[in-house]
Amino acid sequence: MDTMPKWADIVLIPLINLLIAFFLSGLVIWAIGKDPFEAIRTMVAGAFGSTDGVGYTLYYTTNFIFTGLAVAVASRAALFNIGGEGQVMLGGLGLTLLLLTVDFPHWAIALPVAVITSAAFGAGWAFVPAYLAAKRGSHIVVTTIMFNFIAFSLLGYMLVSSWIKKPGGVPESLDFAETVHLPNFHDILAPLGIEFSKHAPANISFFIAVACCVLFFVVMWHTQLGTAIRQFGKSEGAAIYAGVSPVKITIIAMMISGGLAGLMAVNATMGEAERLILGFSEGAGFIGIAVALMGRNHPFGIFLAAVLFGFLYQGGSELSLWMGIPRELVIVIQALVILLTGALDNMVRMPVERLFLHFRKGAN
Amino acid sequence: MSVETQKGRQDTAALTAPAPAIELRGISKSFGPVQANKDIAIKVAKGTIHGIIGENGAGKSTLMSILYGFYKADKGEILINGDHTDIPDSQAAIAAGIGMVFQHFKLVENFTVLENVVLGAESGPMLRPSLSKARKLLTQLSDEYELSVDPDAKIEDLSVGHQQRVEILKALYRQADILILDEPTGVLTPAEADHLFRILEGLRAQGKTIILITHKLREIMEITDTVSVMRRGQMTATVKTAETNPEQLAELMVGRKVLLQVDKAPAKLGDPILEVENLSVVDGDGVERVKGINFNVRAGEILGIAGVSGNGQSELLEVLAGYGKGTGTIRMNGDTLDLTGTKSDAKTRRKQGIAHVPEDRHAEGLILDFEAWENTALGYIDDPAYNRGLLMDNAAIRKDTEEKMERFDVRPPNPRLAAKNFSGGNQQKIVLAREIERNPDLLLIGQPTRGVDIGAIEFIHKQIVALRDQGKAIILVSVELEEIFSLSDRIAVMFDGHIMGERNPADTDEKELGLLMAGMTTEGA
Amino acid sequence: MSLMRTLLGAAATVTLGATATLADPAIIFDLGGKFDKSFNESAYTGAERWKEETGGNYLEIELQSDAQREQALRAFAGRGANPVVMAGFSFASALTEVAPDYPDTKFVIIDMVVDAPNVTSVVFNEHEGSYLVGMAAAMESETGTVGFIGGMDIPLISRFACGYAQGAKAANADATVVQNMTGSTPAAWNDPVKGGELTKAQISQGADVVFAAAGGTGIGVLQTAADEGILSIGVDSNQNFMHPGQVLTSMTKRVDNAVYNAFSAGEDVAPGFNVMGLNNDGVGYAVDEFNASVLSADTIAALEEAKAAIIAGDIAVHDFMSDSTCPM
Repeated sequence: MDTMPKWADIVLIPLINLLIAFFLSGLVIWAIGKDPFEAIRTMVAGAFGSTDGVGYTLYYTTNFIFTGLAVAVASRAALFNIGGEGQVMLGGLGLTLLLLTVDFPHWAIALPVAVITSAAFGAGWAFVPAYLAAKRGSHIVVTTIMFNFIAFSLLGYMLVSSWIKKPGGVPESLDFAETVHLPNFHDILAPLGIEFSKHAPANISFFIAVACCVLFFVVMWHTQLGTAIRQFGKSEGAAIYAGVSPVKITIIAMMISGGLAGLMAVNATMGEAERLILGFSEGAGFIGIAVALMGRNHPFGIFLAAVLFGFLYQGGSELSLWMGIPRELVIVIQALVILLTGALDNMVRMPVERLFLHFRKGAN
Repeated sequence: MSVETQKGRQDTAALTAPAPAIELRGISKSFGPVQANKDIAIKVAKGTIHGIIGENGAGKSTLMSILYGFYKADKGEILINGDHTDIPDSQAAIAAGIGMVFQHFKLVENFTVLENVVLGAESGPMLRPSLSKARKLLTQLSDEYELSVDPDAKIEDLSVGHQQRVEILKALYRQADILILDEPTGVLTPAEADHLFRILEGLRAQGKTIILITHKLREIMEITDTVSVMRRGQMTATVKTAETNPEQLAELMVGRKVLLQVDKAPAKLGDPILEVENLSVVDGDGVERVKGINFNVRAGEILGIAGVSGNGQSELLEVLAGYGKGTGTIRMNGDTLDLTGTKSDAKTRRKQGIAHVPEDRHAEGLILDFEAWENTALGYIDDPAYNRGLLMDNAAIRKDTEEKMERFDVRPPNPRLAAKNFSGGNQQKIVLAREIERNPDLLLIGQPTRGVDIGAIEFIHKQIVALRDQGKAIILVSVELEEIFSLSDRIAVMFDGHIMGERNPADTDEKELGLLMAGMTTEGA
Repeated sequence: MSLMRTLLGAAATVTLGATATLADPAIIFDLGGKFDKSFNESAYTGAERWKEETGGNYLEIELQSDAQREQALRAFAGRGANPVVMAGFSFASALTEVAPDYPDTKFVIIDMVVDAPNVTSVVFNEHEGSYLVGMAAAMESETGTVGFIGGMDIPLISRFACGYAQGAKAANADATVVQNMTGSTPAAWNDPVKGGELTKAQISQGADVVFAAAGGTGIGVLQTAADEGILSIGVDSNQNFMHPGQVLTSMTKRVDNAVYNAFSAGEDVAPGFNVMGLNNDGVGYAVDEFNASVLSADTIAALEEAKAAIIAGDIAVHDFMSDSTCPM
């Protein structure tokens, strides 16, 4: 039943959710004896008040766009890919193996190869659970979770005991060559005469992420493949009736999903750290679930949600830096947003729907 | 005109009858913008069978759900035996003596009859004493109403008809005086339906009050004492059954005159389009659902496949449509079809000239959340007319949909409306338009009018006959014998995976088909 | 210096609630968090001690992600905090990047060496302290078998293990030392269950004293040792109190002192190496009322003698990290 106009569904409800989340967070901050208004000012100024802040915000945003899209592709096929973490890690591993074995004369040559490699590794990692689900009926949630652990252990092994390890006690890989360092926003914007923080980690991958959003939209709503994915996701029975092969679609959707997750490594590993660090995914694979949920599995929504989470991450850092708000409470605030926008969506939706009904009845 | 106005009837009832078993006054209920029930008033006299008839979506089920406490009416009153009664939930309904037999049974498959009957009505925390007490009562009830159900049989081992009797027993065990049955014959063979009616008559003789919800005119005429007709959430008339006839009821339901018979010219048979030899189908659980059947369909012919649902018709349709695996030989236009390999998918079958209107349009024929135009492309997304290079030409699909909707009189003719927002009849027209307009050599069509209002049935039947008259082959699977009779040029009856026999509709009758459907061979079979 | 301006500008737009002023010291805790009962917590204790004694203020942050390392360093340095102390060896890469950009800021990195003119690298002679507790273990052992449980398998922990083994052999040439590492990933720092299992395994091999150099994993080691009635040796902080009478001693690594000293020196903290050893109480073994009943006076006397000999250079404890081998 379409009880609400679309704008209410897409804009109003997330906005109300956010306001409630911020209100509750404000209470939490107030309860530990800090000023909530100052906290929000700190967050906003820290995330958007300087090119440095913007650079960090967009860096996190880029990560979340990739993982959010990854979750969304699978969701469109009614598959719950909870293995984003592992696929991100494998993407990073593939990327690292590539950049440590091949000498690229220039980043511009390395980038497309790196994009393909990390996507291929992420997709490959998603293939096994997808195949098991499609052919053997094993539960995709269970297998993808398991694969996160395997990926983590594999990465741990590679970064502790293999040739890619950098000498020393830190589980990280050798540094990538200078030539493959991706241009960050400073490098990109300087020729245009725009001054941008030199050290903020946002880099050219952001534009790859945005391109992925557009591509997601085009493929999902304007190609046979995307249509088949959505058909399968909405109604398996109808999809089979239409001649869509569940096995094929499950595998393809999961591999696209894994590939998108793998791409996050281009941003985090190639763009930021310039080496592979154990645990570099930092839960972005899971945040992607919240991002996709909040973005209603639509690329535009995912973009906005990713910016929001980027803001929460960067603003959250600023909170702990300057207001002495312990990071646990920053996590509480982030969790409140996820909880309100994701899990408790209906709490707001129902009353708002009723309100709309009321008005509509009044109008009739 | 023997139809009394509601008001008139209320007046006479007030003068003559004692307090009715059920009286509803001014019941209204809205779901969002949809008014499902509008100012409904009805009186059901004690010890009668009262039919409620109406098209899908007329508000019958909503009304009964209000009576059983599933929904709360926005307005109105309920009187049980003359007393104002508040029914906030089903417990209250049971306490008021109302029992309900749902269309989809609410039984625990691997429990025994006895356990199912007692479940939720245990007399104490310990099960054993409840059970032994219940057994006595159950046997007594069973005998009293000739229900003949073994209390120790497991539900999963019982036939559908017996399961329904368990539902009735459940209600009686809870001391129901008023029994509501929602479309009770939908899943029964004609013989089982007859048996049910005998049980209902027995219950009436014992003073029980029965409300029978159905869309089948025949049943109303056969068993009810009075009948109320609903249309678009309103009660349009309440009449004595003896004083009305099917045509009048149909007109009251639809709001205009309806042709109940299909006009069709004699079939002009052409070459065999489809030949099926020794076809067997084993389902996912390893059960053989179709057991070595043989038949063929010729151009310009409608082959009706009759049978109680669950006797292999669905599996037969699926394997023909390309998404069930089978063994045996199927030839389409002389070419042997792949039944197990890579070419046994629905897409390939469409290319081979087979179109398919599936039995379950909600689960297969449509994607309810998708807009009409996307449903028009379901199964045909690779149509060159729908594509431009790598991208799909959504505008072209929408335009095509609009044209199809116009030709098939889909209302509202809006390609951007989600499928779920169309009525059952209009949904079915969307599916039919999609499949028929592909001009297939063979149309598979399952339950074409299930959940479709009478007005649309007429239209759909005409379309099917028109396709046949263009020289196409049609396989029609339906559990509605009336439909089979009025459309088919030849009737095959399926039972337990076998074709029990083929008949010419002119040379047979419902009784003979009923026997075949129950697995009994008649002489000459 | 446009970056400076940007950062200062950003800081200015933020209405700051903290009472910190320029030139306050700052500390960055690693991902483990400041209440990890081990390394970070020890650093936190030192910072708090400084705050208590001087009444000064300091800035702090507990990291949530790797990307924040550089960010936090730049934020604090850009804000004028001095010195900026970081607890943990994982900061090396970030610090190498950042230090040259803030030549006027002093950075102190603990447990790692970063070569820059404005960086102080604080390292501990863990092998020396481990030598002493190894001696104590061998002397108090009745079976002649002592155990070592390390956290993550990295050279730093091998340095503990090697020193421990040398000490045990020095006290009892026939002593057997069984060694296990918990794992090869950072998860090994926080796996008390596995710590407990390894302890039981070592007990079954005859060990009756186990030394845990394993961060949070050690909590499981100490617990299991106490449950099974054998002695254990704590690490980093003084952990004797955790199971009074059942923890033989603790190999203390005074990270708190390192932080305290850095904070006290302020901007004048001397760049270069700062080796914390037995001589300046950077490492040692803990004696308090909780282990008085288990650590005998004879043993203490022997340990003191060895300690003096090491400081004097009469005993040379081999450092695993010098050549990645252990003579034992």
